[in-house]
Amino acid sequence: MFRFLSGFGSYWMLLGRVFAKPEKHSMYYRQTMKELVSLGLRSIGIVTIISFFMGAVITLQTAYNTENPIYPTYLIGLGARDSIILEFSSTIVALILAGKVGSNIASEIGTMRVTEQIDALELMGINSASYIILPKVVATVIFNPFLTLISIITGIIGGWIVGTSAGVITSQDYIYGIQYAFIPYYITYSLIKTVFFAFIISTVSAHQGYHVEGGSLEVGRASTKAVVYSSVTILLFNVILTQLLLS
Amino acid sequence: MIRAEHISKSFGDRRVLTDISAVFEPGKTNLIIGKSGSGKTVFLKCLVGLLDVDEGEIYYNDVPFTRLDFRGKKELRQKMGMLFQGSALFDSMTVEENVRFPLDMFTGMSYPEKLDRVNFCLDRVNIVNSNRLFPSELSGGMKKRVAIARAIALKPRFLFCDEPNSGLDPKTSIVIDELIREITVELNMTTIVNTHDMNSVMENGEKIIFIEEGEKCWEGNRNEILKSDCSKLNDFVFANSLARQLKDSSK
Repeated sequence: MFRFLSGFGSYWMLLGRVFAKPEKHSMYYRQTMKELVSLGLRSIGIVTIISFFMGAVITLQTAYNTENPIYPTYLIGLGARDSIILEFSSTIVALILAGKVGSNIASEIGTMRVTEQIDALELMGINSASYIILPKVVATVIFNPFLTLISIITGIIGGWIVGTSAGVITSQDYIYGIQYAFIPYYITYSLIKTVFFAFIISTVSAHQGYHVEGGSLEVGRASTKAVVYSSVTILLFNVILTQLLLS
Repeated sequence: MIRAEHISKSFGDRRVLTDISAVFEPGKTNLIIGKSGSGKTVFLKCLVGLLDVDEGEIYYNDVPFTRLDFRGKKELRQKMGMLFQGSALFDSMTVEENVRFPLDMFTGMSYPEKLDRVNFCLDRVNIVNSNRLFPSELSGGMKKRVAIARAIALKPRFLFCDEPNSGLDPKTSIVIDELIREITVELNMTTIVNTHDMNSVMENGEKIIFIEEGEKCWEGNRNEILKSDCSKLNDFVFANSLARQLKDSSK
């Protein structure tokens, strides 16, 4: 319990340093652009691949579990669409990104810590927490909503291609289904969740990396902890945000 | 000049430094020597403010560093340069970007001016045609020299070197030692070097402090070190058989 409270306290203290006034805006801008490429653009591939296949599987499972003459087949498209928008493209993609981006952030910052690069920044009089972490937070918070949109689109396309190829639904029914009773607020809900999850992934992982002590073994442990802690926090906030936003 | 007065530091129940006082003079290469784990690096990190001291005061030209607020420390730190044990170059930046980094952060210089200064510093440490290389493409000695170039980019008044020869062959170690000594005189810096390399001690030791188990045991210079009657220092200095033979033959 003491360790949890101590970790929680150091997390908030670190955030206080991260959001202090930046020293030189041009340097932060340059760093943010680098992070947008490293953490954002380089995640498009994995998000696209996973979303395509998950969209396909969601469509097939919906089809096989609703094989009943009472249900119109276009409901398969509707079910796939809502599953993808409400849960898959925000929460599941966030969990995947916690693995990819979170471990990347923790190991990068952890390595900077054990190789004294953070000490070098501090010695120059630079707020190392802000200089290293803030661009990562800004980059993920800005870019992850785009990843969610890409995931939604790819997931629905995956469901359409595989659903029609497997013969579980016709193209017309699927397209009718994904348009039927569409609630635009679901997209907003998904994007709001994504912003929160992006913040959790970047800050929780950065906190684990920033406080590494030791060597490569500890960096590896910090990377694992970053994924576990961000995933658990994401799932917790998923419940809270769903209750707040959809009730 | 840097003056440390009665510095003590503990980590939990473990006392690492006990009541260390010392004066480090400008234009000289001041050495802190001692065995591994004796508290040299902790003392150096206390001097630069990377660790807070439990007791004692540190003065930079009579400015009480330990009592300065964040802004005051930040201003003073721009007058410090440090060469870390593992060089601590930024992996994601090229050699040029590493050396330019403090200039980007703290000066309003134009790009050509910064480039001139970067090339001057790299030239001074004998690094040529390597501006576009990344730290992973450099040898250990080159990394140290680039780190020195970065440390002197802002023309510091104080230079700190934590074991500059660790992991280097004897010849490269001598090159690094000479470079540190020359730069110290050129820029009239107060330089403090942590080392357990006896070659460095005999070449650079204008002022030497010996630390053993967190306490200052001896203070002097390279001429006095061989004649000291401090048993702990003698155990350290004459640890290898060659040094013992030299001592015996000089008697």
